[in-house]
Amino acid sequence: MSAAGSRPIATGRSSAGMPTGRLAVWWIIASEIVIFGGLLGSYVMHRLAHDAFAEQAAHTNTWIGAFNTFVLLTSSLSAVLAHKASDAGDGKKAARFLYYTMAGGLVFLIVKAFEWTSEIQAGFTIASNTFWSFYYTAAGIHAAHVLAGVIIMGFVAQTAKKNLELQRVELIGLYWHFVDVVWIFLFPLLYIAK
Amino acid sequence: MVVKHASPAHEHGDHHATQSWVKTYLLSTDHKIICFQYMFTGMALAILAGFFSYVFRMQMAFPGMNVPGWGLVTPSDYNMLVTNHGAIMIFWVAMPVLIAAFGNYLIPLMIGADDMVFPKINRLSYQIFLLSVVVLLASFFVDGGGFGGAWTMYPPLMAKAEYSLTGTGSSVFLLAVALEFVAFLLGGINFVTTAMNARAPGMKLYDIPIVVWMIVIASILFMASVGPLIAGAIMMLFDQQLGTAFFDPNRGGDPILWQHLFWFFGHPEVYVVLLPAVGITAEIITVFSRKKLFAYKTVLNTAIGTGILSFTVWAHHQFVAGIDPRMANIFTVTTLIISIPIAEMMFVYVATLYGGSITLATPMLWALGFIATFLIGGVTGIFLGASGADIYLHDTYFVLAHFHYTFFPIAIIGTYAGLTFWFPKMFGKEMNDTLGKVHFWGTFIAFNCIFIPLFFTGMLGDHRRIFDYTNFPELTTPMLENLRAFATLSLVVMLGFQLVFVYNFVTSLLWGKQADINPWRANTLEWTTASPPPHGNWPELPTVYRGPYEYSVPGRKDDFWPQDAKS
Amino acid sequence: MIENWVPALSSYAKDIDFLFDVIFWIVIAFWFVAVEAIFLWLILRFKKRDGVPAQYITGELKSEKNWVHYPHLAVLACDVVILFLAIRVWYDVKQHVPPSDETVRIVAQQWAWSFVHAGADGRLDTPDDIKTVDDLHLQVGKTYTYKLESRDVLHSFSIPVFRLKQDAIPGRVVTGWFKAIATGEHDIQCAEICGIGHALMPARVLIETPEAHAAWIASKGASGAGE
Ligand code: HEA
Ligand code: HEA
Ligand code: CUA
Ligand SMILES: [Cu+2]
Repeated sequence: MSAAGSRPIATGRSSAGMPTGRLAVWWIIASEIVIFGGLLGSYVMHRLAHDAFAEQAAHTNTWIGAFNTFVLLTSSLSAVLAHKASDAGDGKKAARFLYYTMAGGLVFLIVKAFEWTSEIQAGFTIASNTFWSFYYTAAGIHAAHVLAGVIIMGFVAQTAKKNLELQRVELIGLYWHFVDVVWIFLFPLLYIAK
Repeated sequence: MVVKHASPAHEHGDHHATQSWVKTYLLSTDHKIICFQYMFTGMALAILAGFFSYVFRMQMAFPGMNVPGWGLVTPSDYNMLVTNHGAIMIFWVAMPVLIAAFGNYLIPLMIGADDMVFPKINRLSYQIFLLSVVVLLASFFVDGGGFGGAWTMYPPLMAKAEYSLTGTGSSVFLLAVALEFVAFLLGGINFVTTAMNARAPGMKLYDIPIVVWMIVIASILFMASVGPLIAGAIMMLFDQQLGTAFFDPNRGGDPILWQHLFWFFGHPEVYVVLLPAVGITAEIITVFSRKKLFAYKTVLNTAIGTGILSFTVWAHHQFVAGIDPRMANIFTVTTLIISIPIAEMMFVYVATLYGGSITLATPMLWALGFIATFLIGGVTGIFLGASGADIYLHDTYFVLAHFHYTFFPIAIIGTYAGLTFWFPKMFGKEMNDTLGKVHFWGTFIAFNCIFIPLFFTGMLGDHRRIFDYTNFPELTTPMLENLRAFATLSLVVMLGFQLVFVYNFVTSLLWGKQADINPWRANTLEWTTASPPPHGNWPELPTVYRGPYEYSVPGRKDDFWPQDAKS
Repeated sequence: MIENWVPALSSYAKDIDFLFDVIFWIVIAFWFVAVEAIFLWLILRFKKRDGVPAQYITGELKSEKNWVHYPHLAVLACDVVILFLAIRVWYDVKQHVPPSDETVRIVAQQWAWSFVHAGADGRLDTPDDIKTVDDLHLQVGKTYTYKLESRDVLHSFSIPVFRLKQDAIPGRVVTGWFKAIATGEHDIQCAEICGIGHALMPARVLIETPEAHAAWIASKGASGAGE
């Protein structure tokens, strides 16, 4: 029976000197990196094999992509501020910044929804050809991560408001930066390289 | 920064006598219970996959016969049986038993922690694993039947229903595999963070028992190699269900891409299952030869070296698959180089025996049997790694015998070694040693009688996944037919001997003699607590003063020196 | 070793068998036997005896490490030998294609092989091409280039007596070569799982003397593109 009551003593230990939570988040991020790595690697291989990709890519809307990039970057900024606040022990402030970040994520998703509908109406579906297959698959998986991030962040904010589990603010921030970085790779690959 | 915790989520409350059986055994977050969940699920599936192998081997040896327990084996039956036999043995037997079960049981106990650091994630990972099992079993019963395109799932066969004739089956199978991957990614979180962060005070990196290291390294290998295949699985699923064309050559896709994604995972995967078995062996041979492990650090380095190299060899599965012939040369070099760390690892184990005081108890027999047979699997890998020879040997039974001589020692012999060794700790009972020895020799000899002949059928031209060789005049010679029949009969004998194990296992559980705390007089921490360990493992957690292999230290009256003993 | 059971009928079959034998002698006959022998000897030699305690050997001392260090250098040396031979054989069989006397097109599909022979004029894609299903007619001593295609899934074109194996990939044409050195009739296999009929696509290779081959072409030639 562990003394800590709710959780094992093991959870509190830190032999390696790094908070266990952060170690775990890094593990998740690492495994996500190889997943996206595999996907983007395959994309690049196809891209090099077929020049046809370029003219397909021409149909993507760089401006919308750029706008979304901007939105995500700013949301990451407020995630950083949230972390600062949590370090200072100010849960309320941290929660507020997390809400800003969530708002950013939602804007990103809404914009994407409109973007996709217009493209699908224009006749570019996931089955049109390999470029669009990659386009929807990569961006889709990324969007799923954004959504997941927003939801988890909601829970973190809830507890943070009560000044509890403040370390989680940093962890969800880490994850959010990762989602952001993935997009930094997707944007040029799917929108700019024409 | 101060960390305040949310209201207790009564995990540890689950185990009061008042709690229902379901709560205690199915919804528990205790790492020991989760070990048993993985262990018994894995064994059940081992029996299933073993039964599959019996069915298709009967058909192979006696084409068109009415296989007792199955009936007539149609070509689609055959392909489905082979495919799922392989997939189950690797993904649903070797991994859950060797990594998840032993990892869950040993890591907290061997590093002196009261549980995994994230018990709930741990439970979740098993639940997802169980779900993957259900999905897999479901895939056999969807219309069109289970998938039969080999565990390697090469497109276009895998991607197009019109080719595989198992449209739904393919997708469900793929889904099951993907879920299994997710389960082990989640499980990995606990293995790595627990071993790194939750060690008992005083336990330095080089005081960690080798088996813990091996499971950690294996988890990292898995995590780092499986990603691309997960992406590939999503692409494949879209090809099947949404009409994308990632792998469809007629519409700009590339079927070979899948092979790269698969084997980039597939080769590291074989070491993912190898390392835990090697770790278990290390614990056992040191205890039963009363010797310090020879060159602890070297073992660790060879494991890490093998892990790194394993990312550079994948295309040796694709020598004749249409890759650029010049590329094959690079992979030949890397493949042969990987023999060096593994050879060194084997040498270290042999060297450990030198100067020992060896008792051949059942666990020791299994551990030694592992080394003896794995060597055959290892050296025959060299024939295949030599690209020139692989032109002929590729996809013959020579390959098959090669990897059964690696997998069987790992997944079955290795598991039996660990099981017989830790059984007293796990269940607080002693196993019958005589029955154990009978089971060992029966399995060991029969196993060699199954697979030695298959090296020869392979050299004589038997190729894989053929449900009936009678269509090939040159493969219907008496010699080949006898070899096949002999292998099949040996299998039946071996399966018979598994009953000895099951009997021994059950009777020992029920009526076995109560085991004391440290029956093998071993050093590592799990042997310092009650058998079976209470919830929370120790009344109060141990402190570590020395490495795990201090056996027969000169000047001590005991020939062992527990890690937690002050002096 | 292999040639004892499976005749070696292509120009490079002997090389592959030789490579196999060399690896066998190095890795099995020497290393495997040696390691197992030492292994068993140690087990018997150091079996528990009363009053004889085990020795305390860390294996960390340089002198002790050498016990495994030297053998593993020897392994490295063996690897180099095997590598050298393996790559040489590979180069001859797969990498460089010798000047060919004739080209044959091999088309795999679920579940049959079809072969397009050059016919009388010795050139493909001319009216007198001879198309056959499930039997490949070759002239002994002639160097053939093959163009391997697939109509649906992956297949693998395998002639054990030639020690030749090559996957067929839909959407690609894979080129390779072989040269039969003795007449006879032998199995062709499909060595890559290709669906429920994977076991049902055997074919035959018929290696004929120049006369017999010419006669066969003549017999087909009359009817133009055969079967
Ligand atoms: C855990 C399982 C496992 C392990 C450990 C290995 C280990 C090795 N495997 Fe194996 N392999 C498989 C499982 C495994 N393999 C599977 C499942 C397949 C088939 C997949 C499929 O197609 O379905 C396969 C297929 C396979 C192929 C493809 C064959 C083909 O399809 O054409 C090749 C080719 O290079 C290969 C090579 C090797 C090598 C070089 C090693 C090395 O790691 C071995 C190193 C060990 C030693 C060499 C022994 C110890 C050393 C000595 C005793 C010293 C003497 C040695 C020398 C002098 C070299 N394996
Ligand atoms: C861990 C991996 C593993 C294991 C252990 C086995 C075990 C066996 N395999 Fe398997 N096999 C594969 C992995 C494995 N196989 C793979 C990957 C393929 C390729 C599939 C493909 O081509 O797509 C394959 C294919 C394959 C074929 C080729 C079929 C073909 O190509 O046509 C054959 C043919 O003989 C075969 C035979 C056997 C036999 C007789 C056993 C016997 O050893 C089985 C003995 C049965 C048991 C051991 C079960 C008894 C268990 C208990 C009593 C409970 C206790 C459980 C534990 C201790 C865990 N296997
Ligand atoms: Cu065609 Cu197998
Ligand atoms: Cu491999």
